[in-house]
Parts: sequence; C-alpha cells; structure tokens
Amino acid sequence: MKQIKILGTGCSKCKSTYNNVIEALKLSDIQADVIKIEDIEEIMKYNILTTPVLMIDEEIKVKGRVPEINEIKQLLTV
Amino acid sequence: MFDWVENFAGWLVYSVFRIAEGSKAGDALNFFVYDTIKILILLFIITSVMGAVNSYFPVDKVRNFLSRNKLFGLEYFFASLFGAVTPFCSCSSVPLFIGFVKGGIPLGVTFAFLITSPLVNEVAVAMFIGMFGLKATLIYVVSGILLGMTGGIILSKLKLEKYLSPWVQNILSQAEKEGDLKEDKKTFLQRLPEIFKEAFGIIKSVFWYIIIGIGLGALMHGFIPTGFFEEYISKDNPLAVPLAVILGVPMYSNAAGVIPIIQVFVQKGIPIGTAIAFMMAVVGLSIPEATLLKKVMTWKLIAIFFSVITVSIIFSGYLFNIIL
Repeated sequence: MKQIKILGTGCSKCKSTYNNVIEALKLSDIQADVIKIEDIEEIMKYNILTTPVLMIDEEIKVKGRVPEINEIKQLLTV
Repeated sequence: MFDWVENFAGWLVYSVFRIAEGSKAGDALNFFVYDTIKILILLFIITSVMGAVNSYFPVDKVRNFLSRNKLFGLEYFFASLFGAVTPFCSCSSVPLFIGFVKGGIPLGVTFAFLITSPLVNEVAVAMFIGMFGLKATLIYVVSGILLGMTGGIILSKLKLEKYLSPWVQNILSQAEKEGDLKEDKKTFLQRLPEIFKEAFGIIKSVFWYIIIGIGLGALMHGFIPTGFFEEYISKDNPLAVPLAVILGVPMYSNAAGVIPIIQVFVQKGIPIGTAIAFMMAVVGLSIPEATLLKKVMTWKLIAIFFSVITVSIIFSGYLFNIIL
C-alpha cells in the first residue's frame, strides 16, 4: 500500500492539498495511508522550504503549490 | 497601451448599458470595468514573467546561492532581491525561515528575505503599474528592496540569535552548507505550460479580492468628493505617515484588496508616500504573521522585528512624500 504524506502547517493551501488527495484516491480506487504532518519541527526534518508538500512513499512529488486532482491521480499510478 | 480598454469600457457602460455619461453611477461603473480589465491583463503579464524567473531560480537555489557564496555584504541585497521575485504565501514563511537558518545563512540575511518577500509581490507590482504608473511602481519596488536590506542589516547588528525558540537555536548550532541540487534541465518552451498554470493559479486566488477591491474603489471614486481626505491627512500633517502605518500594521489583507482603495485615497488628495507606506504596513506585517512566527521566535524577537520594520516603513513614507 502506498503511503502519502502531506506536509503543511495548516494553511488553506495545505487543506486543499489534503482534500485533493482524498478526492484523487476516491476517483482512482487506490488504497493508501494518508498522513497529515502539521508540526513544524516534524516538517523541517524533510528539508523543505515551501509548503504544502506532497510526498508519496517518502519521495517529494510536489512542493510549494496545491497539486490538482488529476495530477495526483497520475502521480499515484506511476 | 490601454486605450482600447478605455474605449471598450466607455462603449459598454454608456452605449450598451445606456447609463448617462457624467452621472455618478456611470462614472463608477466605467472606472470599474476599465480598471478590472486593465489590472487582469497586467496581472497575467507580471505573474508570467515572475513565474519564468522563478522557474529558473526556485527558492532552493536561492538558499544554496546565499549559503555558499561569500558576498561581502551584498548578501543582504541578494536576499532582498530574491525575496521580491519569490512568490510568497505567508504559510511558507516559517519553513523558509528555518530552511535558511539551517543552511547556515545569517539571521540578518534571512530577515532581509523575509521582510521583502511579502512587501514586494507580483500582484502588488501589476496593480501598481495599472493604477499609479511605472515611476511609482519602480519607487515602490526599489524601496521595498531597500527596506528589506536595511531591516536585515539592523536586525543582524542587534545579535538576536538568543531570542529564537530553543529548538531553532538547536538547528542553528548544527547548520551546514547545502549539498547539490538536482537541476531541472528543461527548455523554456517545456517550462511555459507550468509557468502559465502558476500564473493562472495566482490570478484565480486573488480574483475576488481584486473584484471587490476595485468595486469598493469604484464606489468611493464616484461618491467621495475630491479633496475630501485632505482636511484630515494632508501633506503638511507630520503625523499622517506614522498614523497610517500604525493603523495598517494589525490589518491583514493582500495587496489585491488594498491597492484599489489606496488609489482612490490618492486621487482624493492623500499624498502617495503616505498611501504606499500604509499599503506596505498592511501587506508586510500582520497579526496572523506574528502568530506564525511565534513558532520559531520568542515574543520579544517578534516585537523587535515588527518595530524595526514599522519604523523603516514610516521613514520610507516620509521619503516618498519628499521625492514624489
């Protein structure tokens, strides 16, 4: 099972990222663990500069912007 | 360049909607249509240009550049300049701050970036060109960069490291130079779709602020008599600038919402320097930003940070009123 992490301190962009991920999972019928990381100390361990960040299986896929649902679907299927 | 928009707005309001020329409603609507179209076009151009710059110099690259090179004082200038071209979301200010500190970039230089970043942004630049012209825009951008530099240099002299939150001080002691970045080897044409997508994203996110801002501006434009504010906030009143700035600090709005209203203030007699200072205070400093920064700084440091910037903005407000 894939593991998806969303890093962000809880701003509106991070929330839309989370919603898009959930929507993308629903549409593509993929099962995944979705983990939201909101604690800044925890976030900084990933060495990123801009939020929100979308990680799939410990790999940074998108940072600093909200990925669209279709984009997430594509990222999940490769 | 925008004559055709003006003609179109006039035609739409006076010929299609058949509102009498010279009436208050007609004036207000004409102003609204003209400004909205003009600003949206400018916004698209500016966000695309900044997006292109940003595609070649993402913030990770900026950090590596600042952390690796010995710049002999110029680092404040570069940090501030990069801050101006980097699109800024206030929710990224904390990770950016930590990321910079972690990369061994001095606190003052990090502050320079953090000050300019919200102060000079693509939305504000586009609206400034549209509403105040190129000269005022240039002065706004240059002073925003200077403000970041001065703020950064002053803050670095104050030796504030001890007022960072303990866990950040911990990071500071383990700071190290960053390793190499994976370079994106893409041609300009390959980057273009993404740049446009970003540009549209930014426009989408501020669209309603712009409509409401210009709408309010149009209403005020049509109904407030010229010279109305002059009685209260005239150029001769030495307290006008500090008052406007202090009023603006706790307020939080993005540039898109504030600038159309400021344009009306200026048309009705408020000096442009006072208006720019007010805008900088509104977009540059806010209570939500302070609460975000609380995660990495003690209240004392936040207070010092805000005071230094407030004073700098007041100072630049006086300066604009003298030059403009």
